[in-house]
Order: sequence, then structure tokens, then C-alpha cells
Amino acid sequence: MNFIPHSKQEVQQMLQVIGVNNIDDLFQDIPATLKPKSFNIPAAKSEFEVTQILYKLSLRNATGLVNFVGAGFYDHFIPAAVDAISGRSEFYTAYTPYQAECAQGWLQAIYEYQTIICQLTGLDVSNASLYDGGTALFEAMMMAVRHTGRNRIILDSGVNLIYRTMLYTYTLNLSIEFVEIPVVHGQSSRQDLLKHLDERTAAVILQNPNFFGAVDDYSDLVLSVHKFGALAIASVYPVSLGLLKTPGEMGFDIAVGEGQSLGIPLSFGGPYLGFMAAKNELVRQMPGRIVGSTVDSEGKRGFVLTLQTREQHIRRQMATSNICSNEALCALRAAVFVSLLGKEGLRELAEHNYQKAEFAKDQLSQISGIEVKRSSPTFNEFTVCLSRNADEVVHRMIEKGFACGFPLGRFYKGMDNYLLIAVTEKRTREEIRRLVDSLEAVL
Amino acid sequence: MKLIFEKHKEGRRSFSYGLLDVGQAKPLPKKYCRLEAAYLPALSELDVVRHYTNLSRLNFSVDTNFYPLGSCTMKYNPKFTERASMFEGFLQLHPLLSQLSGGGMLAQGSLEVLYETERLLCEITAMSAFTMQPLAGAHGELTGVMLIAAFHKSKGSRRKYVIVPDSSHGTNPASAAIAGYEVKVIPTASDGYMDLIAFKKQLNEEVAAVMLTCPDTVGIFNPHIKEITEAAHKVGALMYYDGANLNAVLGKVRPGDIGFDVVHLNLHKTFGTPHGGGGPGAGPVGVSEKLVEFLPISRVVKRNDGTYALDYNYPKSIGYIAPFYGNFGVILKAYAYILALGKEGLIKAAEVAVLNANYCLARLKNYYDLPFDKKCMHECVFSASRQAKNGVHALDIGKYLIDKGFHPPTIYFPLIIKEALMIEPTETESKESIDAFIETMIEIARLSEENPSLVKQAPINMPIRRLDEARAARRPDLRWRPQLSTK
Repeated sequence: MNFIPHSKQEVQQMLQVIGVNNIDDLFQDIPATLKPKSFNIPAAKSEFEVTQILYKLSLRNATGLVNFVGAGFYDHFIPAAVDAISGRSEFYTAYTPYQAECAQGWLQAIYEYQTIICQLTGLDVSNASLYDGGTALFEAMMMAVRHTGRNRIILDSGVNLIYRTMLYTYTLNLSIEFVEIPVVHGQSSRQDLLKHLDERTAAVILQNPNFFGAVDDYSDLVLSVHKFGALAIASVYPVSLGLLKTPGEMGFDIAVGEGQSLGIPLSFGGPYLGFMAAKNELVRQMPGRIVGSTVDSEGKRGFVLTLQTREQHIRRQMATSNICSNEALCALRAAVFVSLLGKEGLRELAEHNYQKAEFAKDQLSQISGIEVKRSSPTFNEFTVCLSRNADEVVHRMIEKGFACGFPLGRFYKGMDNYLLIAVTEKRTREEIRRLVDSLEAVL
Repeated sequence: MKLIFEKHKEGRRSFSYGLLDVGQAKPLPKKYCRLEAAYLPALSELDVVRHYTNLSRLNFSVDTNFYPLGSCTMKYNPKFTERASMFEGFLQLHPLLSQLSGGGMLAQGSLEVLYETERLLCEITAMSAFTMQPLAGAHGELTGVMLIAAFHKSKGSRRKYVIVPDSSHGTNPASAAIAGYEVKVIPTASDGYMDLIAFKKQLNEEVAAVMLTCPDTVGIFNPHIKEITEAAHKVGALMYYDGANLNAVLGKVRPGDIGFDVVHLNLHKTFGTPHGGGGPGAGPVGVSEKLVEFLPISRVVKRNDGTYALDYNYPKSIGYIAPFYGNFGVILKAYAYILALGKEGLIKAAEVAVLNANYCLARLKNYYDLPFDKKCMHECVFSASRQAKNGVHALDIGKYLIDKGFHPPTIYFPLIIKEALMIEPTETESKESIDAFIETMIEIARLSEENPSLVKQAPINMPIRRLDEARAARRPDLRWRPQLSTK
């Protein structure tokens, strides 16, 4: 099938207006020697055929597993209204709102999204979204490098390994010096972090809750970071901010994170949502689109893309970032999600996550072969040590219908028996009980 | 319209998670908790749905308006691809399940989609392999330039520069700079093509890559392209293909056949996935054989038994550029689109995209200046210089079009064309909607002679008039604050 409306007669009329005999004449600038050597694409299919193919493929993914895997990406419930709004084609078939007068819906929605991210993180300004939590962290790091004129980064290894790996990839050809600080008992080591802080440090990067699920209050550390003129960057999990101390309250200069938990499906890794918030004085270092409020020629409030002299389409190689397309539709989903929940709903969501994880911890600690790590409080994810290899346990548990957690041996040497378990609001008491029983049987 | 925060009603409540079905554990110690709850609006579900539904009605979109935004390929986004992307099996899959031991079997459907889409893109572009990971076009550019850097490094070659023409997208020089290169800019000659003499003067063994858009950003195909790729290869530089304009040449020419070494595609442009108000897009990057070993990990492979798996065993890989396997939901829609159109459909898409653009060009060339008077590809670029003499600038033309229900063309890009108006009708727009647009453009040309102020005051039919952008930048108001609303 195709979506071309032209009749043969119309094509002829148009060719006549153009003054050529056939469509091939329009491609005359392509030298004959450059014609494709092959173009072996299958023949067209009907909508029904393609739908069947994709439906069958979708059935070849496992969807029935009870999910306790998180590791930065969480199985949260999405209210139907989120899909209904993001499914409005007046939103999803528009593009970047360059022309403000015919894009006020989008511009206002982004302004509201920016406000929501500021409210969640306790910081001053935000932008229209970035690709994901990892690229957002890279952008934050580069903001700090430009702002301080320094190039040394202290990176806590409680930061998701996926994101640390991404930072290393992006800086392969840049002169950035990383100092990675190992965690001790799953927590950031203040002693080590302080020891490495100096006048050459551009930023200290921390994650809360960290990859092992540990919750911290970094206020003291941020004070020390500022004494050296460096910036403090937090990677955070937005759902936890319904309960946890905010980056702003702890004094962080920049907060970034993965917004997937705010109404965006897991969808095998994307599209997701990178969010960013920062203190006011860093706004001109920020990457990407930013929406601002202004007035029209009659004094009426309206919204526009603003501070564009930071951006690639104007500054080219001097821009703060190369980003152009972002994840606007995912930002809209996050805005609708948070608006539906409101202050009370967000707190309730965080509370349910915390309580269910605590329940799971309590239940798991009662069976033999599992040691629940309790060196620090956690939010909705925690680390356990098993009496045997976690990989094997995970494999056996899949047969029993559970994705029972993420085996830490995959990311950390010497942690082959450790399992990271996430418990979101979607997991019922009964599912948690069954997880515990099945684990007991497997161990 | 009021902000959602201004619609707040204390005590109103909508969504609830119900009763907690586990006991109450000890609360988290106070020192870890936020001091004050996030200030968010309290609203009913209808309040929220009505708010955003009414906002949506303030947008122009492909489904509601002709949207000839040049360089962005705002073609129709088929609905069946949307539906397929909502199948539970795709939507609910946690990306880490496939990384568990034996977990590949939990994600065979999605892995097959990634693998097969990669194969199709290889054939469409004549490249050896693709990474599906880049999350947007510019992200693909950065990935591509990093691959080029890895290649040169492996040869022990230290190169400092990336060459871009002055007509390029801003993302090209920005991506090169972020990857650590200095940028050399080549001017455009009077025929609209990159100045070959200036190019050859700048080309030497310190150049890592030449980034080109092809057909280029002024909407024409450079017949000297092969000469450029050969000259670059002679000094060991690699050729980078910005695929933003691939829609014009599907099945007509393939970047790999011309000698390009790295290609990024914008699935949201060429393959009909929606632009989402700014994203998500997807920017897969294809490479020639000599660059395959540097591609990001993981890669999807097909095993002898016909199953698919993630492979991390590429010691020369640059590493992770995205957390997982790309914007899967977008890739899935592009896959569905390619399967449905098939070979003939893709070729026809290119042909009619070029037909529509040339039709616009032919009908408007007597009314607007044409900087390079030749047949165009999928978009035509005019200059409003003639109208500007009467005070009617490209921006004014855009605003008047809005009043008449058309999304404006891209304006002021490429930067090298004064008062640029870049029109890309795409293949899915009918003759009558293009005709209506053309008639309006002709009316504007006439008004700019007879009554320019009528154009300059536009828009008058929209909910708001022209906005004060200078004020927005001078006094940034980038978020709502509780204390400002209580007046």
C-alpha cells in the first residue's frame, strides 16, 4: 500500500506545468553511473498483512512474567488518560514549535512540563527534554566543564553503570579526566569523594537512589563540592521525588534523570525521556529547546522557543549542544501523568513503592539462602545476596514466571551472587508472596 | 489559555492508587525526605483531559493542516503503524530482560524487528551494517563522527578537522565539535553546489571527514558528488552522509554506491514515523565494511538456528551511545512502513515527493526569487528578497500563511540564502492542497506589492497575535511559580 493521492491525470497535469515529459526527467542530475546496484526490498504488503506480521512478532516477546527487574527502568502503571492525550494527532503529528502562533498548544504544554520538572527536582529552570537519562547526564557534565573551565570529573560508582559507560564513550576524544569512586557497602564513600576533590574538579556526579537502591542525603557533600568551586550533579529517579529530599534541597546545581517512570512504557528501551533541571545561573549553558512565556502585540500571554542563541541552528559549532529533535511527546506524557496524579497522587505513588519494597524485604529476609542488605535505607529497589549464583537463580525463576531481579554480576566483578530487586506499586502482596515462595524453592 | 497550575482547586482529587495491600513499614527517616511536597495542581481527570485536549486544538499538525516545513519531511504518518506500536508484547517489554542469562528468548519478537529493519536499511543505503541505537538524527551524527574518530585512531592517524559546507544543517558542525573536532566551512558557489575549488584547497591529511547532505540543503542533487567522495578518500578522509533528505532519492541513488562511509537516517522523516511535536525520532547510523567493528554495542545478530541474540563481543566498539537498542517504538513503526510500501512504494514516494516540489517550484518561480534556477529534488528553496524590498520578510509570509491555515515553510534556512523559504510538500499531499497553498503564496506576492501592511500584521485569525520574542529572551520566564499566581 502507499499513501499517495495523485491520479494518473493529475501526475500528467503536474508534469506539464513543470515542463517535462515524465518523472524520470526530474532525476536527470543523478548521473547514470550512480544508479543503485541493487534495491532488493520486498514487494508491498497490505495493511492487514503487515498488522498480522507485527502482531505475531509481538507474541514472540515474553509478557506474562511478573516483573521485579528495575535497574533504572521501572514497570509502573500508566493511567489511560495519558495514552488518550498523547494519542491526539494534533500533538503527535506536529513538529518542533518553531512557529509559535500555530503551536501554542505544544509550547504551553512544554512550559508546563518544564515547571513540573522544576517542582519535582526543587531547581529553578528546565528544558523541553533530552533523549534519555544517560545523554542528559553527559549534557550536564559538559555544562559543568564549560561553566567551570575545568575538565576533571569525580564520578560515583553508585551511578548506573549504563550511564557511566555512556559518559566514557562520549568523551573518548575529549580531554576529560574521570576519577571513579567505588561504593562501600552499596553507599557512596564520602571519605574517598572528599579526598579526590580539588580545584581542578569541574563536577561531582552522584545518583540518588543509587544503582544499588540506597537512598542518601548528600547535603554535606554538596557543601564541600561548592567549597572547591565545582558543580554538584545529581542523577535522580523522578518517582522517588514524591518522597525523597530533592536535588534542590540538597544544594545540587544540576539534576538529570530518566523520565520513563512518568507515564512512559518500557517499550524495550525507548523512546524514553531525558529530563534536566538546573540553577538559574546555568540557564545559558543548558542544551536543547527551552520554552518561555511572553506577550503578543496586544499584551496577551503566549509562549515561544527562547534563548535560542545557545542552539545549533544559530550557533553551529559554538552551540552548547548538537541536539535538535528531542523527546517532546514523552515529555507531554510525563506532564499529563504528573497532572493526573497531582501532589497527593505523586506522594501516594512514592509511598506505595516504598512500602511494597519494604514488605518484600521483610518477607525475603525470613527465608534461608537470602541476605537482604540493610546498610542504608532504600526506596523501591534493594540488593540481596543469594546463597548461589544469581544468574542461575534468575534463569530458574523465569521458568516459574518471574523476572525476579537484575543479577549484579553482569555489571560488577565479584557480585555474582547479588541480585537487585525492584518492587513498584504494580506488584501485589500476593505476587510478592509468590516471589518469595518460588525463590525459596529455587534456592 | 490558563496554565494547568492556574486551574488548581484545593482538595480536588482524581487518580488514586487505592489501598495499600501490604502493612505499613517504618517510614523513611525524615532526613532523607523532601521537606515540602512538590507543588502540583489538584484536578479532576476531566479537568486534565479537557485542558490538554483544548491545548492540542491550538496546534497545526500534519493531520489537520498542510505542513510543508522544508528539511523536516512532514509526510502523513500511517495509523496502522501507531496501532502496531501499541501491541502489548512490544510495549511492556523491559529492555534488561534480554540481557539476563538466556533472556534473548524473552525478546525474540523485538530483536527480529531490530535485525530485519537493519537489513532493510542496509539495502536501501548500500551500507554494510547499521546501529539502530541513535535516538535522533543529531544523535546519529555524533555517533557517526565518533565512529570516524575511532577508525582514524585505529590507523594511528591524528586528524583535526571536519569539513562541512556553509549550507549544512547546524547539527553537522555542532556534532563534529562535540565529538572533539575543529570545523572547516566551505562556501557555496554561485551554482548552488559546494565550491569545489575551495573544498580541494581545504582538503588534506588532517581532515577526518567531510559531512554532506545529499540531495543538499538547497534541494538540489550535486552531480559532482562522486568527484567529492573520491577526492576525500584520496587523502584518507571519510565521507559522512546526512540522511535528512533521503526521501528524495529512495531507490534512485544509494549513499554507499556513491562512496559514503557513514550514513545517518532520520526514520521520522523518510519512513513516516510521527515527529511528536519535536520528538521522539530515531537516527540509525549505517557504515561501510571498514567501520563495522567500531559500531556501538550491543548489536543484534541472527544465529544459525534462526533465533536472534544480543552480541557484545566487539572489542573495538566505541561502547554505549544509548542505554539500550534505540528508540524501539519508532524503529518498529518505520519497519511497518517499509514492509507496507515495499520496493515500488518507496520508489514512488521519492518520485512523487520530487514531483510535488517541482510543481511548487514551477508555479511560484515567477513570483519569488529562485536563488538557483534548476530542477529541484524533494524541496524547493525560494528567497523572499523581492518581497523584502517592500518590507515583507520571510517571517511575515510565514505568519500570513498561518492565518490561511497553512504551516509555514522552513524560513531563514539554509543560512546562505537571504530570506529563505524552504518548501517541502512531501508525496502524501494532494494536488488540490498544494494548489491552495500556491494560490496563497501568489496572493502574498501580490499583497506585498499592493498592500504590504496586510501581510505584516498577520496573523489575525489565530488565538494570539505575533509574540514578543525579544522580551522572552531578555526577561526569561521559563516556568510558572506559585507566588506569581495569587494575584
